[in-house]
Parts: sequence; C-alpha cells; structure tokens
Amino acid sequence: MKILVCMKQVPQKDAPLKLNDTGTWIREDVAYEVNEPDAYALEEALRQREKHKGEVVVITSGPARAQQVLREALAKGADRAIHLEDEKFVGLDAFNTAKALAAAIKDEPFDLIFTGLQSDDYGYAQTGVILADLLGWPHATIIMQIEKTDSGIRVKRELEAGFFQFVDMPLPAVLTIQSGINKLRYATLIGIKQAKNKPLRKVTLGEVLSAIGENLQKIERLYVPQKTKKTEVIEGPPAEVAKKLVDKLRNELQVL
Amino acid sequence: MSDTILVVVEQREGKLNRVSWETIAAGQAVAGATGWTVEAAVAGSGISSAANEIAAKKVARVYAIEAPRLEPYTPDAFASALKQFLTTKQPKLVLMPHTYQVRDFIPKLATAMGRAVISDCIGFKYESGKPHFTRQMFQGKLVADVSFSSDPPWFATFQNGAFRGDQAEAGTAAAPVETVRVEIADGVVRNKPKEVFKEVKQAVDLTQAEIIVSVGRGIKEQKNIEMAKQLADVLGGELAASRPICDSGWLPMDRQVGSSGQTVAPKLYFALGISGAIQHIVGMKGSRAIIAVNKDSEAPIFEIADYAVVGNLFDIVPPLIEEVKKTKAGG
Repeated sequence: MKILVCMKQVPQKDAPLKLNDTGTWIREDVAYEVNEPDAYALEEALRQREKHKGEVVVITSGPARAQQVLREALAKGADRAIHLEDEKFVGLDAFNTAKALAAAIKDEPFDLIFTGLQSDDYGYAQTGVILADLLGWPHATIIMQIEKTDSGIRVKRELEAGFFQFVDMPLPAVLTIQSGINKLRYATLIGIKQAKNKPLRKVTLGEVLSAIGENLQKIERLYVPQKTKKTEVIEGPPAEVAKKLVDKLRNELQVL
Repeated sequence: MSDTILVVVEQREGKLNRVSWETIAAGQAVAGATGWTVEAAVAGSGISSAANEIAAKKVARVYAIEAPRLEPYTPDAFASALKQFLTTKQPKLVLMPHTYQVRDFIPKLATAMGRAVISDCIGFKYESGKPHFTRQMFQGKLVADVSFSSDPPWFATFQNGAFRGDQAEAGTAAAPVETVRVEIADGVVRNKPKEVFKEVKQAVDLTQAEIIVSVGRGIKEQKNIEMAKQLADVLGGELAASRPICDSGWLPMDRQVGSSGQTVAPKLYFALGISGAIQHIVGMKGSRAIIAVNKDSEAPIFEIADYAVVGNLFDIVPPLIEEVKKTKAGG
C-alpha cells in the first residue's frame, strides 16, 4: 500500500500566544510541534506498511520551520517527504490547503491518504474530507481502526456518545485519524541518522498557484476571549460552604 | 423573496438529535439579527415524524428530504441529496450542528458546490450588513470572527452548547411540511456502513445528562472517585472526568468530557479538582451553570465558573453530600 500522510506543524499546546500587529494572526515566534492527531496518522501508516508492505510518504505545507515535522516523520520511518514551502500556506483556508495538497500529489498514485481528524490551530476538521472530494475518492472520518480486505478496507469510525461503526470502503480513499488509534513510537537513533538521506521534495507556492484561488473565508479579527461570566466566590468553613452550595442548588439553579 | 437561513437538523433512525434544537435556536437568532427567514430541513428515509416535530418550532417551512439511500447514513448519499436540494433552493445561509455526522459530510457537500464551511462556531454577529461567525482557534486560547468571502450559499456549523435548545421558539401554528424526494443514482454511495454498536457496556451518553459531577487530577487517587460518585448519585447526575482520569483507567473513556471526549451542556456542571485545561473547557463551557471546587485560586476553571469554591475538595464534598441528602429528605 502506498500511503500519504498529511501533517501539520502547530504551536505547542502550552505555548503562550501573542497576537500580531493587525490582530488577525498570532506572532510566529512561538515553539511549534506536530499536530497531535497527525502523529497518530503517521503511526498508523507505518503500521499498515509493516503489515502490507508499500511506501509511506509525508507531506506538509508551511514555511521552512515546518520541515521539522517531516524530518521527525522520516526519522520514525516514513520513506520520503514533500514540503509545500512558503509562509503564505499558513494563511490558506481548508479549501485552498486541500487544493494545494491535491496539486502537489497529482502525479502520484496513492492507495490511501491519512490526515489527523483536525488541527490544533484552526480546528476546521475539514481538509481531509475536502481533499477526498477534490480527488473524487470516498472518505471516512474519525477512524480508530483500519483493516485491509479483499475489496478495499474496513475501517472503524468513532461516533458520538460511545458508539462505533465499521464501514467497508473501496480504495483509494481518504481517512481522518483519531488520536489514540495506536501507541506512538519514538524515533530511533539509527532512524534519525537515516532520515538525513531520505528524499524530501520541495514544492513552491508558484508550482501550485494555478490550482488555488482566493480564500472563501476570512479571519476578520483574532482576539483573546473575554470573560463573560460573573463568578461568585463561596467562602467559609466546609460545613458553611456546603450549606451555601445547597442553597444555590435549590434556589438559584433549581436542581434540587 | 427574502433571504433564507436553512437549518439542517440531525436525525438518527427517525429520531431527532437533541442538538437540533440548538441549531434551530441559532437560526432564529441569526434571523433576529438579519431579518432573514428561517426554514428547516431534515434528510433521511422515513423521517416525517421528525419533520413534524421540527414544524412545531417557529420556522417558515420544513423540508423532509427523502430517499431510500439516505438510510443508513453515508457521506456520499447526504452530500448528493443536499447538493441537489440546495442547488434548487439557493438559501443564503445553511446551518448545521457540529456533530460527528455533520463533520463527516459537510466539507464534501460545500466543496461539491464550490463553497466553504465556517465550522464549529460558538456565536454570530451581524456587522455592517455582513455576517461574522465566532469560532475558537488554538484550542480555545483565542477566538476569531470569520466572514465569508464567497457567494452564498454559506455554510456554518455550531458547536454543541453554543445556543440553548430550550430557547428554540415555538411557532404559533405548525409550519408547513414539504416532502422532497431526491434521486441518488447507482454508484454514488461507495461506503458500506455496518451496524452501529457500543464497545463499552453501560456506555453513557453524557450529552443527555442534566447534571454532571466531573473529576480531574485533584481527585488524587482512584479510590477517591467513589466520593464524587456519591455526590453525583445524590444530585441525580452522571459522573464524568477530564482526560487524565480516563487515560489512567480510573473511569472508562465514555465518561470523558472535552475535545477528545464528549461535549456537554447540562443544567449543572460540578467540576471537582479540575484545573480547566482548554481541551476540557471546550467540552463543557456551554453548561448552564458551573460550580468549581479547586484548591488553586488561579485555576483557569474559575474563569468560566458561576460559583467558585477555593478549597480542598476532600473537606467540602463530604458535608455537601450530607447537606444535599438532608435537603432532599425535606430538611
């Protein structure tokens, strides 16, 4: 199986974020890491290759810093990487990001494309599904298990409220992967060494420009959420706090 | 003809998903700001009772989009049916709840129509004749006002709890229900879904709970969960937890609230020893009321709490359980 894994570099979870001068994006001088669900998508691709042979290719779009994500993926065992390198890729909406990705891989016959189920920065949860539609492929989202079958694959979708569902689907297909589908591996020392010699193809903005258009949605304003709630502090010794809380439960919240 | 907001509600096996009322309320709020007309649609097979239920709300019209191939759900069938319908109707704005099912097909539907979706919104503003949708970014650390730069129809989804379902206004008379039959051609549906199942026995649907008592790292040890369970029991609520508690195996995964667990909006959310990492807050900030007990006065959970108790939960919860029992006994 030939699998493409779409990965994204996002600000670290606990990184303090500052707004840029125009208040439309963050200042880029923060620490970055791989988007968590994308790491699980890569792991799943590596496991599928171990079972069924084939190739794992990783792709990202973003400025030079984003190459780190690809280097880590190569060190963990991906065979080669594609980097759509330009800082303008950061500002693309999900529709255009998917179009750029589709343009960059148009000559490559993949069996499967994995993405994380959503990104920790924009959180659109859309790019993978859009990519599937652009390619004319079927897709399934929030995947917790993948098995090869005679006619394609059987995947396990996570539904809400503890429900799951198996879905049979043909290949090629796009799957968005849920965190926790597997246990992540660490890169080995030898893997890190080998990664340096693995192929990394760079794609410029110019090469995919004809495929993308104006963004269909625009961030007008980015800001720190305002505290809208008035918090009442309940103080006193425990027995008194308990009495006060019961009074709130009964008279203000009317749940008792 | 006035501009239309089409609310596409969600049903499973003919039964409306409760979150649908929130999206109706959202549509009504947008209509209030813009003067546009709200209509509703439900797609599936054998959905007339769901359509009639929606028609009791203050909407101009309800469309029951019917095709045998819409059951069971597949993204191919839903995108195909709704594209046909929307291409004919041309609403200005299409609203849906941000459920797992909608996430599965709405990007495909919008892409097939050359449009974008502003997903997982928490609010709406109408500024100088332009709709702005508020959505969280960077896991809720920041929020953005986002506008459409394409032609309509515009697509937006609302986060569970962004609007209150009980505020969906009822109509003075039942809205007319129109059945729209769509054709889904052979070969359109490529996925073959199997039966929906639950992995964990007694799996709990926290989204339906009115009262939730939730524990975080502050509970310290697995044996202390029992105390929180007692509080949940006397309050008639469900027990839930933040991710670290479920990752440790102290409670099953289906009791997890947060971005990787369930998103809840109960009447009361009782947070015990939960610091309020954003991954947790996105899953419960829509709660009607939040009581937080934490010994760290700087804990971010207090930012969104209605009632804050700064103190040791092991001191506070036992007398609280007794006090609730007394009150319920008529004391």
